[in-house]
Amino acid sequence: MKKFFGNLYIVIIMLFLYLPILTLIVLSFNEAKSMSVFTRFSLKWYGEMFHSKLILGALVNTFSIALLAALIATIIGTMAVIGIDGMKQSTQTVLMGCNNIPMLNADIVTGIALMLSFLMFGISLGYCTILFSHITFCIPYVILSVRPRMNKATDTLFEAALDLGASRGYAFRKVVLPELLPGIASGFLLSFTMSIDDFIITHFTRGAGINTISTLIYSEVKIGIRPSLYALSTVIFLIALVVLLVMNRNNIKNERTAA
Amino acid sequence: MTFSKKWSAPFIVFVIAGTVIPILSIAYYGFTSRDGGITLDNITAMFSANHMQALGLSLLLALVSTLVCLIAAFPMAMVLRDSKFGKQGFTIFVLILPMWMNFLLRTMAWQVLLERAGVINGILQALGLPRQEMMNTPGAVVLGMVYDFLPFMILPIYNAVMKIDSHLIEAAYDLGAGKAYVYRKVILPLCVPGIVSGITMVFIPALTTFVISNMLGGGKVNLIGNIIEQEFTVNSNWYLGSGLSLVMMVFIIISMVLLEKFDKTGEGTFI
Repeated sequence: MKKFFGNLYIVIIMLFLYLPILTLIVLSFNEAKSMSVFTRFSLKWYGEMFHSKLILGALVNTFSIALLAALIATIIGTMAVIGIDGMKQSTQTVLMGCNNIPMLNADIVTGIALMLSFLMFGISLGYCTILFSHITFCIPYVILSVRPRMNKATDTLFEAALDLGASRGYAFRKVVLPELLPGIASGFLLSFTMSIDDFIITHFTRGAGINTISTLIYSEVKIGIRPSLYALSTVIFLIALVVLLVMNRNNIKNERTAA
Repeated sequence: MTFSKKWSAPFIVFVIAGTVIPILSIAYYGFTSRDGGITLDNITAMFSANHMQALGLSLLLALVSTLVCLIAAFPMAMVLRDSKFGKQGFTIFVLILPMWMNFLLRTMAWQVLLERAGVINGILQALGLPRQEMMNTPGAVVLGMVYDFLPFMILPIYNAVMKIDSHLIEAAYDLGAGKAYVYRKVILPLCVPGIVSGITMVFIPALTTFVISNMLGGGKVNLIGNIIEQEFTVNSNWYLGSGLSLVMMVFIIISMVLLEKFDKTGEGTFI
């Protein structure tokens, strides 16, 4: 009986989480524009979506910014972890404190602060300012995931490699980098998803005329919801589902080989 | 240590250009007036009646949605611990999936459900029941917040609950503790880090949001986030907007410090 209520509770929460998304998916196949009456199965909203220059442009911007921001943030963040290790304790504390600010601060404040400083220095808002802002808020996540991997053992192994006659570059490539790699990978993934999902910071640091998926949805919803957005939701949901499934399967595989 | 400090040079550039200078510029605008003089007017503007009302409403709605999330998430985490769902990473998968969906689309889904001509009213009508006005109410905004942020509450609590050694719980029962006592004295204290990070991850975004209140409140539910956003995008009064943002930052810092006090172990987990 207890088990029954437990499972019932899981089902209720799952329904709460998934029914709204399911509604969007069902409505994306509705021929009528209505939100409440399903007339006939149709794919016309998908057609509209794939012909909309606005949506396609926003998709390209979203993914290119996310990819570039995650890549650059991962490189800078990993380099930072390596360099910081040799600094004085007090310098480290100050730097890590500053590093935590964008993570703890509300997005709206981060976004506004970035926008103000761009405008103060006469930098016009556009693709590059969005990219810069995304790199800024991604770096802390990279450092957060790479730093725990840079520990005493990494140091000792590196020095052992040097003692055994490896050059610094070789020892770094063969000893330190593999040690950091899982952290680097998860930092990259975390950055990528944070960047794709971001709306608030992009909203403040984008100029007129450039949209990511999030800002496009926001401006469209203000005018009135178009069913092509349902189609977009369905596509995004499916992409997320497939990517997560693939990642999950890899994880399970890795666990099996590890065991 | 053996590596050159130069490696962190690009990072330091980013910390200065992307964090320090922006914070200084928001402080600069917050403490100056249009004619360039130093003033506290932008800060004290928070105490004007309509700003206080917005701040109060923001605090109230954020508190309510955090509480609802907590009440819904804790039993969920406990049930997942005992059920076979808990294994195989399936749970995490099912909880993370909605988080990967753009949160504007998720909020839009509730708009579709709650709208006057929306799905729920369509169902009510088909059943011969009267239509309900659900949009543009504080209730709709709270619902949106709970929906958007619930996974952020469940995951850290779930992580904390899964770490609890079941021997501890069994030992407490063996020593004669009742069910309520075990929850209060064993399970709850061990969940505190998870609960604290869950609360942080729900309360602060809920307190500062302007998107959910805009989409589900239709301009009728004015939160402090909306007011700040309008100062920048509609009224172009950067000075006032920055001043109010500074005050909001103070509120964030206060809530962080308060939460930190509870999490004595400091092992709160972000996701």
